[in-house]
Amino acid sequence: MDPQSIIAKRIARELRSGMLVNLGIGIPTLVANYVPSNVKVFFQSENGLIGTGPIPEEGMANPLLTDAGGNPVTALPGACTFDSAISFGLIRGGHVDMTVLGGLQVDAKGLLANWMIPGKMVPGMGGAMDLVTGAKRVVVAMQHTAKGKPKIVDKCTLPLTSIRPVDLVVTEMAVIAFPGGCATLLERGPGISVEQVVAATEAKLALPDKIPEMQ
Amino acid sequence: MRTVSAKDAVAMIPEGATLMIGGFMGVGTPEQIIDELVRQQKRNLTIIANDTAVPGHGIGKLIDAGLVTKTIASHIGLNPVTQKQMIEKKMEVDLVPQGTLIERIRAGGCGLGGVLTPTGVGTVVEEGKQKIEVDGKSYLLETALHADFALINAFLADYSGNLSYALTSRNFNPIIAMAADTTIVAAEHIVPVGLIAPDHVVTPAPLVDYLIANE
Repeated sequence: MDPQSIIAKRIARELRSGMLVNLGIGIPTLVANYVPSNVKVFFQSENGLIGTGPIPEEGMANPLLTDAGGNPVTALPGACTFDSAISFGLIRGGHVDMTVLGGLQVDAKGLLANWMIPGKMVPGMGGAMDLVTGAKRVVVAMQHTAKGKPKIVDKCTLPLTSIRPVDLVVTEMAVIAFPGGCATLLERGPGISVEQVVAATEAKLALPDKIPEMQ
Repeated sequence: MRTVSAKDAVAMIPEGATLMIGGFMGVGTPEQIIDELVRQQKRNLTIIANDTAVPGHGIGKLIDAGLVTKTIASHIGLNPVTQKQMIEKKMEVDLVPQGTLIERIRAGGCGLGGVLTPTGVGTVVEEGKQKIEVDGKSYLLETALHADFALINAFLADYSGNLSYALTSRNFNPIIAMAADTTIVAAEHIVPVGLIAPDHVVTPAPLVDYLIANE
C-alpha cells in the first residue's frame, strides 16, 4: 500500500458513528474512502455542506455542488447546506467532532504549522486556523519526512497555524499523540521498527513499553 | 429594487471601488458582472472575497486583467497569477482566516464594530491587533469590513428581489448582501413573487438594490 493510503486507512479507524467530521484537502480527503461499513459519520465541507458524498458518476456533476477544493461532490440523503458564517460557527464553536488536516511541521508539543513557507509558498490559511482552534479533535495526516528531512520537529520553524496542540499525528511510519504535551509514539507503520521511526523524527519521542504495528 | 442590464449595473461602479464578491472557488460568483467589469476595464479595485478562484474563472478573471490592487481573502493557493502579482508587489494581499473573514463581513453588515475570535491568537495573524481577555480566555479583536458594492450570485430572485441560493453556491453571498452600500444581484433564474416561499427566502428583498435583468 502506498504511504497516503496507509495514513488514510489508519485515520479512518478514529471515526465513530454520529461524528461531524471535516476533512482537509490532500491526504485527508482520502480518509472518506476507508470509513468502516458499520460507522456512519457526517462529513462537512467548509464551503457550506454537511452530508458530503463521493465524487459523482461521470456526467452527473452539479456545478453548484462542490467540496472545499472546488471539485464536484454529491450530497447524501439528509444532507444540508448553509452559508459560510454558519459553516465557521460550526467549526470555531466546537460543533465539529474531528478534523483531519495536512501538515508541514508538527513539533514535540503537538503544535502544527501547515499554511505557509515564508518566501516560497503563501497559499493562505483558508479554514485551517479556525479548524485547529475550534474542532474537538485535530488529527494531522502527513508523510513522515519531506525530501528525507523530518517533519516532526523539536520546534516548528514555520509559522504556526494555532497555539492549540493537535491530538494525533498519523504518518506512514508512526502514530503519535501528545499526552501531557509530550510527543509519544503509540504505533509504528507496517514493517517499520521503533528505531527507524526515532531516526526519522527530530522531536524526542516518549516510547511506551508496547508499540504495536498500526492496523 | 430596480432591474438593470449588467452593463448599466457595472457602469455605476467607479474605479478604485471596494467590492465584496460571492463565491467559493468560483462557485456562487456572478460571472456576468465579472465579465462586464473586465469589459469596462474598471481598475484599482479592492476585492473582499473568500478566494480568487483560478485563472480564467470567476474572480480570477479580474486578477488576470490586472484590475485588482488589493485583495482581502482567506486562500489564494490555487491561483498562481494572484501569487505572482503578490510577490511582484503589483497587488497587496491581506490573508485572513476564513472564519474570521466571514465574521468581519457579518459584523460590517450587522452594525457591529468587530468580533472577538480565538482564531489566530499566538500566530502571525495577531500582529498589530488588540488582544482582549474574556473569562480568562484570549481573543483577537477583528474589526468589521464594509464595501462599496456587494456582487451576489443567487439561484432564484423573485420580481421583488427576495433571494434564495442553491447547494454550495450560497457561501459568502447572503452575508456580503448586508455589508455593502449597494448590492447588485445576478440570479440564475428570475421568478414570480410567491414562488420562493417566505420560509425559503434567505436574503430579504429590501437588501437588494439592483437585479441584473435577463437579456
